[in-house]
Amino acid sequence: MAAIELRNIVKVFSDKRRGRDLLTLDNINLDIEANDFVCLLGPSGCGKSTLLNIIAGFEQATSGRTLVDGKQVERPGSDRGVVFQQATLMPWLTAIDNIAFHLKLKGIAKAERYDRAMEFIELVGLRGFEHHHPSEMSGGMNQRVGIARALLMNPSVILMDEPFAALDAQTKLEMQEELVAIWQKRRCTIVFVTHSVDEALVLGNKIVVMTRRPGRIREAVNFDLPRPRDITSPEFNDAKRHILALIREESTRLAQAS
Amino acid sequence: MTSVTDVSPARPAFRLTRAFQGLERLVVPALLVAGWEAFACSGMLPPALLPAPSAVLHALGDWVFGFDETTQTYSGHWLRDALASALRVFGGFALASFFGVLAGVAIGWSRLFEKTLEPTLQMLRPIPPVSWIPLAIIWFGIADKPAIFLVFLGAFFPVLMNSIHGVKTVDHNLVRAGAMMGANGRQMLTDIVLPAALPAIFAGLRIAVGSAWMLTVTAEMVAVKSGLGYVLWDSYYFLRYDIVLAAMISIGLLGYLSDLGLKAIMARTLRWQQTTTVQGRVG
Ligand SMILES: Nc1ncnc2c1ncn2[C@@H]1O[C@H](COP(=O)(O)OP(=O)(O)O)[C@@H](O)[C@H]1O
Ligand SMILES: [Mg+2]
Repeated sequence: MAAIELRNIVKVFSDKRRGRDLLTLDNINLDIEANDFVCLLGPSGCGKSTLLNIIAGFEQATSGRTLVDGKQVERPGSDRGVVFQQATLMPWLTAIDNIAFHLKLKGIAKAERYDRAMEFIELVGLRGFEHHHPSEMSGGMNQRVGIARALLMNPSVILMDEPFAALDAQTKLEMQEELVAIWQKRRCTIVFVTHSVDEALVLGNKIVVMTRRPGRIREAVNFDLPRPRDITSPEFNDAKRHILALIREESTRLAQAS
Repeated sequence: MTSVTDVSPARPAFRLTRAFQGLERLVVPALLVAGWEAFACSGMLPPALLPAPSAVLHALGDWVFGFDETTQTYSGHWLRDALASALRVFGGFALASFFGVLAGVAIGWSRLFEKTLEPTLQMLRPIPPVSWIPLAIIWFGIADKPAIFLVFLGAFFPVLMNSIHGVKTVDHNLVRAGAMMGANGRQMLTDIVLPAALPAIFAGLRIAVGSAWMLTVTAEMVAVKSGLGYVLWDSYYFLRYDIVLAAMISIGLLGYLSDLGLKAIMARTLRWQQTTTVQGRVG
């Protein structure tokens, strides 16, 4: 049994102002295995966030079935950790309180909450900043808190929606490396949305290329280049060429159609 | 409150500019008072109609400390009068805060309350609180109650409106994040929506405390026989404009102090916000 099974997912948004329907996801079928690091790659507006939100339980598919660990997804829940594009932390809580928020909701005493959260503060390298508020930290640090907060719930999958898109190039590289290290250390299932071919190739061991709207799956490419990945190696460039070709094919097809 | 400039070393030049920064807010009041004193002393108006600031200060001093009974029956009774007004403000304001936040959060959060409760409240809102005076007097008689009722009316709607707005504009993604971490309905309200709406709620409370002072004075002019507003109106009958002005100054001062107190509470509660707002800066 796969960790995530998507069966014939269709999503139609009704555009009330213009009185028409917008087909956003067109019959998505995908299996994601446990401990996979899957990158959903596609141009913006193709429905990547929508698909992720359906897995998270934030949105309902118009039709089709979403199973996580064999259970039908009906609402959001702590078995699926979400890392948002903007960190989306509670601005009135300190880093450690944000990370331990899940434990607070479960009614666990403060001493134990802090004890367990400290492990994740260490993991994401925020030691010394545990009592800072989000407004006192940089975007990258806030995003680390967001990742730690999702990891602490020990979810079966972690869903990340372009979490590094708003960061500067250098911080982005650091965070990508750290994320891979965390994934290797903790063995979790990650679905990572991105519109950057390079990011997908640095991170994923499976790259799911989506088409322009209406979003379909163009191809799911397995990519098992050992880590740390050398982005100048021939293997890396072969894979990149293959994926770029898929994307280019798509644009020519669209150009011919119009 | 620690301000941003506290970080800088206290060099003499810095201290000097900072001292002047403290003084600059006194420039306008000082000029006004000096002009007023000069005008009053020039004799263009009889002193009974426009008492000089020195006369007002004299009246205020006697009202507070009772040294020469220039304010007659009020001499030395300022604290009693101020306390009477302050208690009404506090009573009405506390009730308004409680019910305003309660109703506002309910309306902002639940469609059901929005549909059932909001139209009625919005229809009551444009009615000036003062126009309730006749009804307040029949219902509650002449005492503290009608005054507290009027204060409540004046303070309730700013709290209500800001609470509704605060809850409705909570970042949608924060709610999603809460649901992702397993918050149930009640936790969503107490642990996410309410703290997120707090800045807006506080903005409402600050407007409300101003309205509360305005209305307690209005109520005391007609429905009560004590308090700063009553003294003001009573002195007017005796053409004691120095006491009228002393009462006005007292009300302004107490209103200002209430706002300062609220601001201090707000600064403590919303400390997490300070680094991102302009208020964190000097002043
Ligand atoms: N709540 C919504 N209502 C209507 N249309 C939406 C909504 N959310 C997304 N869409 C539309 O669906 C399409 C896909 O959006 P999204 O999933 O955010 O794309 P991506 O994340 O790949 O950039 C876009 O055209 C967007 O306008
Ligand atoms: Mg998106």
